[in-house]
Amino acid sequence: MIAPLAVPLLVLGAMLLAALRGADVYEAMTEGAKKGLQLTWSILPSLLVIFPALRLLRAAGLPELLGQVLRPLFTLLGVPEETGILMLLRPLSGSGALAAATELMQRHGPDSLIGRTAAVMLGSSETSFYVIAVYFSAAGVKHGGRALPAALFADLVCFLSAAWICRLLWG
Amino acid sequence: MSFALISIFFVSVFAAFFQDSTAETGAAVLEGTRDALRFAIDLASALCLWSAVGELLERGGAAATLSRLLRPFLRRLFPMGAQDAEVLAALSENLGANMLGLGNAATPAGVRAARGLRRLGARWELNTLVVLNTASVQLLPTTVASIRASLGSAAPFDITPAVWIVSALALAAGLSAVRVLNGGRS
Repeated sequence: MIAPLAVPLLVLGAMLLAALRGADVYEAMTEGAKKGLQLTWSILPSLLVIFPALRLLRAAGLPELLGQVLRPLFTLLGVPEETGILMLLRPLSGSGALAAATELMQRHGPDSLIGRTAAVMLGSSETSFYVIAVYFSAAGVKHGGRALPAALFADLVCFLSAAWICRLLWG
Repeated sequence: MSFALISIFFVSVFAAFFQDSTAETGAAVLEGTRDALRFAIDLASALCLWSAVGELLERGGAAATLSRLLRPFLRRLFPMGAQDAEVLAALSENLGANMLGLGNAATPAGVRAARGLRRLGARWELNTLVVLNTASVQLLPTTVASIRASLGSAAPFDITPAVWIVSALALAAGLSAVRVLNGGRS
């Protein structure tokens, strides 16, 4: 069986590729590990603030209450109502959406339908407002007027198709 | 964001009081921070591994090769910008790095491409660049897989085909929307 060895094989392949180019493999990997630590470090403050807030909401029984109100709409669209907060956060805050998706995967299990839907939604989209702000200010263009509706429309298509495809594959 | 947080705390405390769930609600806040810290340690182990692989791929020239392969596609998407060799290089570097999940390399290249498009007066194509970056086209969704792995998923990468399909649909939708909003000009 080779499948369980996919990760070490992938690492080995990347090592050989870099070595063939004359790169210092050890130095490259420690540099990469450092970037991984920096990424975790940059996400952590959001996790520390958003996790307790979502826990609090859940302990107070509010998602059930809100879910009952919004259920007809979500059922109509075929989207799990639990992902509502994730979809709301996704275009606005990258680390906020990551924290919300993680909380869903943790609560429902990473291999559950809701967990997978949250994972696909998170993995197939970006922090649209942030991307637009970075590129338009870099180009010295004041307003990203036309890019915003296009990016938000793409996000909507992403969320709906993520929910449908996950239900098709793992429902 | 701040308003949302204040609302969450306000409404939760209020609701807990009336629903008689004060004990659970009181404990929830500290549980949340403890969970966040524990999860971050698990997450770091997976993220560090994939960042190390990403660094190897970058230094091994995988990003450069991928960028070259993407050029014909980018010529069609950016008919005006692609005529400038420098802008085309920045565009392909941006998309190539994005596909390999090298966010650190993708943003500077994207910024260079955005400046170049502005210099060429290709305002419409700036919208295309933004949509290309917001759709998050990735060959391996390593961050999401790292989260799933740290939560004990049996096969963290098994969502990959679904991520490809959804990203492609979102990209197609975004590019069509740009076309419509640009009045038919691509």
